[in-house]
Amino acid sequence: MKHYEAIIIGGGSAGLAAAVSLKENGINDIVVLEKDGEPGGILQQCIHNGFGLQTFKEQLSGPAYAERFIKKTAELGVTVKTDTMVTKLGADKTVEYVNAEEGCVKASADAVILAVGCYERPRGAITMTGDRCAGVYTAGQAQKYLNIDGYLVGKRVFILGSGDIGLIMARRMTLEGAKVLGVAEIMPYSNGLPRNIKQCLEDFNIPLFLSHTVTKTIGKDRLEKIELMQVDENKNPISGSEQYFDVDTLLLSIGLIPENHLSDEIGITMDRSTKGPVVDDRYMTSCEGIFACGNGLHVHDLVDFVTMQAARAGKGAADYIRDKSRQRGEAVRVSAGENVGYTVPSYVHPADSSDDVEFFFRVNQPLENAVIKVMSGGAEIRSIKKKKIIPSEMERVLLKKDVIAGLSGEVTISVEVLS
Amino acid sequence: MYDIVIIGAGITGTMLARELSRYDLKLALIDKENDIADGATMANSAIVHTGYDPEPGTMKARMNPEGCRLYEALCRELGCKYAVVGALIAACGADEENHLDILAGRADERGIPYKVLDSKAAHEAEPNLSDEVTKALDFYTTAVIYPWEIAIACAEVVVNAAGVYAENIARMVSDNVRFRIEPRRGEYYVLDNAVAPVKHIIFPVPSKEKGKGVLAVPTVYGNTLIGPSSDVVDDLSDNGTSTEGLDYVTKNIRRLVKNVPLNRSIRTFAGLRPSADVHDFVIEEQEGAGTNEFAHGFINACCIESPGLASAPAIAKYIINELISKRMELKEKPGAVLTRERPVVMEELTPDERSELIKKEPAYGRIICRCEQISEGEIVACIHRTCGARTVKGVKKRVRPGMGRCQGGFCEPRVVEILARELNCAPTEIVLDSAKSNILESENR
Repeated sequence: MKHYEAIIIGGGSAGLAAAVSLKENGINDIVVLEKDGEPGGILQQCIHNGFGLQTFKEQLSGPAYAERFIKKTAELGVTVKTDTMVTKLGADKTVEYVNAEEGCVKASADAVILAVGCYERPRGAITMTGDRCAGVYTAGQAQKYLNIDGYLVGKRVFILGSGDIGLIMARRMTLEGAKVLGVAEIMPYSNGLPRNIKQCLEDFNIPLFLSHTVTKTIGKDRLEKIELMQVDENKNPISGSEQYFDVDTLLLSIGLIPENHLSDEIGITMDRSTKGPVVDDRYMTSCEGIFACGNGLHVHDLVDFVTMQAARAGKGAADYIRDKSRQRGEAVRVSAGENVGYTVPSYVHPADSSDDVEFFFRVNQPLENAVIKVMSGGAEIRSIKKKKIIPSEMERVLLKKDVIAGLSGEVTISVEVLS
Repeated sequence: MYDIVIIGAGITGTMLARELSRYDLKLALIDKENDIADGATMANSAIVHTGYDPEPGTMKARMNPEGCRLYEALCRELGCKYAVVGALIAACGADEENHLDILAGRADERGIPYKVLDSKAAHEAEPNLSDEVTKALDFYTTAVIYPWEIAIACAEVVVNAAGVYAENIARMVSDNVRFRIEPRRGEYYVLDNAVAPVKHIIFPVPSKEKGKGVLAVPTVYGNTLIGPSSDVVDDLSDNGTSTEGLDYVTKNIRRLVKNVPLNRSIRTFAGLRPSADVHDFVIEEQEGAGTNEFAHGFINACCIESPGLASAPAIAKYIINELISKRMELKEKPGAVLTRERPVVMEELTPDERSELIKKEPAYGRIICRCEQISEGEIVACIHRTCGARTVKGVKKRVRPGMGRCQGGFCEPRVVEILARELNCAPTEIVLDSAKSNILESENR
């Protein structure tokens, strides 16, 4: 059985950044396993710009952003196996994969990094009723048909969910000659980035229906009509509010879920909120030597944050590989407090604090005039004032290594509204 | 000119066709849809009922136990999935417990094995049973199958096996039709195969009004079905889901099973049962058909609602032995092959076997469906088999890409591409299911 220092599962933005980080931290014997025909992951179909403002201080398209990392990994001599699907992960850090060249292969590693990405919630995950006709797609699926394969899925379009991919597709399909009749969002606020609301809907006069949802699809062979209804504060449709739109296409942008069947199978502890693994400051999961990053860990708004965390996971794995027996002392839990949905990472090690740690989190409702508070053992460690804070934008708070070294009890990150 | 034409390529039609293919006959199997098993056979509970339920004296009572006994061997002969999971009929309270005794009595008469479980034993067998369950019958030989897989495997005959449309077809030959189809829609949830709330099929105590009720069914591929609802509908093609139907399912399953993770639903679907006012299978030569020369020998196999799937093998034999053989002489065809080898399923091979196959056919090494791990080789093969797939749903029915948690989000574009390539047509010509269910509007380059 072939042994590597590190196996990285997934060659998208997270996997490539983790590979670069491993190399830069002195770990050379690594391999990236990518299921698609080329590395780059979902970035390859995101041909719009706006990627890389933080990482490269410039606006790049998705493929251009990916290209920088593809080049970098090539320069560093990272082996990337494409069209390669991982079929099994063992808690003993063995990985089984399959591809056309090698057949079924089992390999082992000192460390495994999960950079497996996420998938779009399908229609069946929500209570939308009606006919099983053609013409209902997830937004990312329509994006692949259009940007990779070169086919337009329809001419009259409605979009359910104001997630970023849905907003981007509203603009994209309009530019390609389709008529987008509207975007419905079940929540009273948008789930997309404000810049996307502005640039993709407002600039094209596409109406956004807040507190509305598509309740029914109607069509014999292909979609003919959708039923849109307003919802009450419990998200239940209000009878009498039915509106009908004649459309041949419905795109769903109703959420992304970390792909976690590999980690599920070996019983890695999952976070109920993120639906990804629980990780510590090194991005190590509950299974020793197995790390996680990218959208497979938690769904990101910006690829720059993916890159940052993946680099951290790469360094964490490198540190682990070099000194597996290192005692890190007791782990202190970092949890989500008031108005906060989750935090990543969720554990730190005060006795072994050699790096500052940045915590990523999202609020679970839009708040104004708020303050981010980090508390431990009843004492306030940090507080940051925020004029406005919204669920669609990921927030960050940094704790210095000496602060972490001084922690004794559980840490809570909360957001309070100032009166 | 055919000796026998079968109208309807669902489970009843295809199984009859298979049985008839033993004989030297010219057969035709006709269906209004563009694939086999697109009606009730596609959307049901996938259970081989053992036959304790039907009222004594009915065709159902005659066909179901025998059909069930034939299934395991049939699935083996056809290379189809057959998984014994067992079924618990769960009673809540004294009234329902009394009904269990009736069912147990019927099972005894029909030689169907079962065990009686008291509340404690039932909860031990199935920890997620609701606390209200007081007693259960364990029909431990009950199996689940992949219904359309069997119909497709059978596929190759004027027996009226046209499911919910049967009445219309029968009316063409006689005005003296003794049944009226009242299609009942059943809606279901399909849960992610990462969650398994039940190990057995869980039934409520059946009732005349509601039929078998809302069930939880572990399927052959690990997903759990929750359903069905039961609403009479007017429209013979109305297989859309409804809020009322799904709410009914939600409410009723909670009475029997706790911790049902409906939040892990990956799909909802509805199927139409060909129910009728007679509440029994109608398998007989159409009366009065003799006055119409074209309708001479017109046989109805109608109103095949539950337990139709479980009864199908017995129905096929009954039609041949009791009805067709009285009309014509059936000569056995030497060398008739009624079996089918199971197609290659990568998941069922050992790593070494897989590697060996990939060496010969590299396409088996390219995984297209990431959720269910289906290779390009399997997809290509299912297109080129007899009665091969022509649609995205046809591929899904045969080799399962799109059956997983992403529901084709990732693999559907790849399947479209492969279908177009293998059928030598433009991707814009590929349809999801019915003839006009196009997936792509236009080329855009």
